[in-house]
Amino acid sequence: MPGYVLRRLVQMLLTLIGVSVITFLITHALPADPARQIAGRTASAAQVEQVRHQFGLDLPLPQQYLRYATGLIEGDLGRSYVQRTDVSFLIASRLPATLLLMLGAIFCELLIGLTAGSVAAFRRNTAADQGVMIGALFFVSTPQFLVAYTLLYVFSNWLGWFPLSGYGTFSHLVLPSVALGLLGGGWYARMMRSSTIEVLRQDFVRTARAKGLSRTRIVLVHVLPNGLLPIIAMIGLDIGYFMSGIVVVESVFGWPGIGQLTWQAIQTIDIPIIMGVTLVAACAIVLGNLLADLVAPLIDPRIKLK
Amino acid sequence: MMNRLMISVSIAALLALGACGEKKEEQAASEQSQTAPAQPAAPAEPAPAPAAQAPAEPAPAATTQEAAAQPTAGAIKQGGAMTVTFKDDISTLDPAIGYDWKNWSMIKSVFDGLLDYKPGTTEIIPDLAESYEVAPDGLAYTFKLRHGVKFHNGREMKAADVKYSLERTCNPDTASPGAGYYGAIKGFEDFQAKKATELSGITTPDDYTVKIELSHPDSTMLHLMALNFSFVVPKEEVEKSGADFGKHPVGTGAFKVAEWTSGQKIVFERNKDYFRQGLPHLDKITFEIGQEPVVALLRLQKGEIDIAGDGIPPAKYAEVLQDPATKDLVTITDQLQTGYVSMNVNIAPFDKVEVRQAVNMAIDKDAIVKLINNRAVPANQPLPPAMPGYDKSYTGYAYNPDEAKKLLEKAGVGSGFETDLYVMNVDPNPRIAQAIQQDLGKIGIKANLKSLDQGTVIAAGGKKDGAPMIWSGGMAWIADFPDPSNFYTAILGCGGAVDGGWNWAWYCNKDLDARADKANAMTDPAQADARAAEWGKIFIDVMKDAPWAPVFNEKAVVIHSKRVAGPDGIFADPIHIPVNYDEVYATDAQ
Repeated sequence: MPGYVLRRLVQMLLTLIGVSVITFLITHALPADPARQIAGRTASAAQVEQVRHQFGLDLPLPQQYLRYATGLIEGDLGRSYVQRTDVSFLIASRLPATLLLMLGAIFCELLIGLTAGSVAAFRRNTAADQGVMIGALFFVSTPQFLVAYTLLYVFSNWLGWFPLSGYGTFSHLVLPSVALGLLGGGWYARMMRSSTIEVLRQDFVRTARAKGLSRTRIVLVHVLPNGLLPIIAMIGLDIGYFMSGIVVVESVFGWPGIGQLTWQAIQTIDIPIIMGVTLVAACAIVLGNLLADLVAPLIDPRIKLK
Repeated sequence: MMNRLMISVSIAALLALGACGEKKEEQAASEQSQTAPAQPAAPAEPAPAPAAQAPAEPAPAATTQEAAAQPTAGAIKQGGAMTVTFKDDISTLDPAIGYDWKNWSMIKSVFDGLLDYKPGTTEIIPDLAESYEVAPDGLAYTFKLRHGVKFHNGREMKAADVKYSLERTCNPDTASPGAGYYGAIKGFEDFQAKKATELSGITTPDDYTVKIELSHPDSTMLHLMALNFSFVVPKEEVEKSGADFGKHPVGTGAFKVAEWTSGQKIVFERNKDYFRQGLPHLDKITFEIGQEPVVALLRLQKGEIDIAGDGIPPAKYAEVLQDPATKDLVTITDQLQTGYVSMNVNIAPFDKVEVRQAVNMAIDKDAIVKLINNRAVPANQPLPPAMPGYDKSYTGYAYNPDEAKKLLEKAGVGSGFETDLYVMNVDPNPRIAQAIQQDLGKIGIKANLKSLDQGTVIAAGGKKDGAPMIWSGGMAWIADFPDPSNFYTAILGCGGAVDGGWNWAWYCNKDLDARADKANAMTDPAQADARAAEWGKIFIDVMKDAPWAPVFNEKAVVIHSKRVAGPDGIFADPIHIPVNYDEVYATDAQ
């Protein structure tokens, strides 16, 4: 086990180095000129050169990358060109909001997905089953900004149940979590349904029935826990899916997280922020994967880590 | 001005001229007309060059401007609060660095400069300076400072702070986007090259006197002393916060920054020791960050917020203006902006003047203005109507496709040609470019649209053979200060026709450059009218060569709640967007 974790951590590091090189190359291939952006439109050519030199933008690309990577090792993600402040500060100040939103979304998607999925499984081939599956397909395929705006108009603007946008209280959290969670909820409903149907077919369920156990006991003790297994392993992977969703959902609901920061940085070509967020997201995704893999054997002893 | 370039499409503008536009806030304002001292509406005529406001004493006597009467607040009671929303982060409140349309006005409320503009107008008035004097040769400016002005940290502001602040902006280590403006100050080159440790042109004979000497006359110098980049900062606070001073700003202004939660909100609190009596009116302003314009509008309609900083989303525009509940809350004003098609004179066949003139005649500007809900007026010259020097009598190239075709034949491309039209990919610009594409198609020019992100279009424009044609929308030039020179040097002068420059037409006319230099040397206030007229002629002569096809001048749109009000014209302030925060008051505190 420790060997496995160590090996995975080394792999993780290599992945992150790869991600940083690729993002660095992509962002620096953009035709925008940060030096001119910083120096402003009144700057003379000499002033632009001065800025270029000061920010190390006149160095050859490999050397620029090395400087950046050295900073990374010291925990320095660089300074934003537009905001003129440390990228790590910007990310750190927005990370809690994003994490909270992710927790809310995980809660929502599990609640929606597990309930709907098991209802569909136990009422297989009924109208309820069909309804759930169509609903799941709908939310999996609808663009998130549409879901987000619809929720906002209906529940905040018309019904006035939730605040229109912002951050700080529980009621602010509800709609963004639901908007983000519906997509995953759709997936989980489908997964839960198929895995529960799979379990229902297993011999041990037949045995349990033959033993004369009550239906409730069979469902709660034997079917659901086994049906849940593949889903729990998936939660770790959700973080990656969320990264794309939060950009949209955070913008619509005015949620002060990483997604908004990323979107703004992309619009102003603020390369250090784009780099920083990409790296943090990559970190979160590989860590999520690792966690998912580590948790799997705890839940299902049949899985062995090699 | 990368950030500010974003604005012109979607929202409000940096510098809109006072009463030239329609006003829709009359209702709110009229309720206050008995109590509020009415600000004189900005002149419908192009504003005169500010120096003309100074009493024109006969030379050689120096021109002096005494402090105008303190802008008193009359019977307006202080108190109350308001909430303003913005979609994007407030990047920085460092006056040497902040250069987008959101932080621009906020910085004006936290800091002060030697000079300022009279609220609602483009007239220059003394601010931290009590009076100033311009030498007859225009090479020296002497400012007498107000006594007893205190920074938010309690220390008195003195002449050394003014010198320090200007040097900080010009210091290459600060990387200020405004440093380039101050090139006329004596010793600027040496200081920038780090050959000198101070700007030799700035001296402080005593604690309350600042003398600025120039190496060559620059008639925009007074504007530059009212520009954010010259605002006064306390050295000890800058050193304490280091590079993060922009997040911990300390100035002399009407408001202090009480709270700043990154990505969420900024809270301004009234500076009780502000040197202007009775200002600001509000106790508190909360800026909420990260609010989508559509959502902000909904919140404004519900009365949750007072100013939707990003204005009205284009899709909602017609609805808001028709709705009786909202239409009176909207202010529409001119701004110092021109949207144009640049034609690169290096790229055939745009090297032929007939072809460029033909493009001017081919574009149906009225149709394009309708396309954007009449949020603009058709343009025929580079200067916007509100700018001094704008030539009202000039008719430009009227819409005439037949004549345009003849010009193309004359240029030897009668059978048409194929070219590229670059455009920034944010609505409504691609739609506008499509309309231009169709118009050009009618005279046989096949323009392929290159709809790209802002940075890519700007980069293509800055290359000698990069972009044959660019529709400037979304990146268009908005003046930093109301002076015609601001529309020439970088975007039509030879100095801008360099790699990475802003002169996307690569137009370089040495004669006009010489005339521009001469006009800029006319620093005597008595010459202000002559100077503006000369600038007007320069731009009309530019149009003879037609490197641009000016299309329209966009208007600024501000929407606010009934709860907040101010003197006439406050929501159409030429200098402050969306509003001069110092002058706003809460109607529920009255």
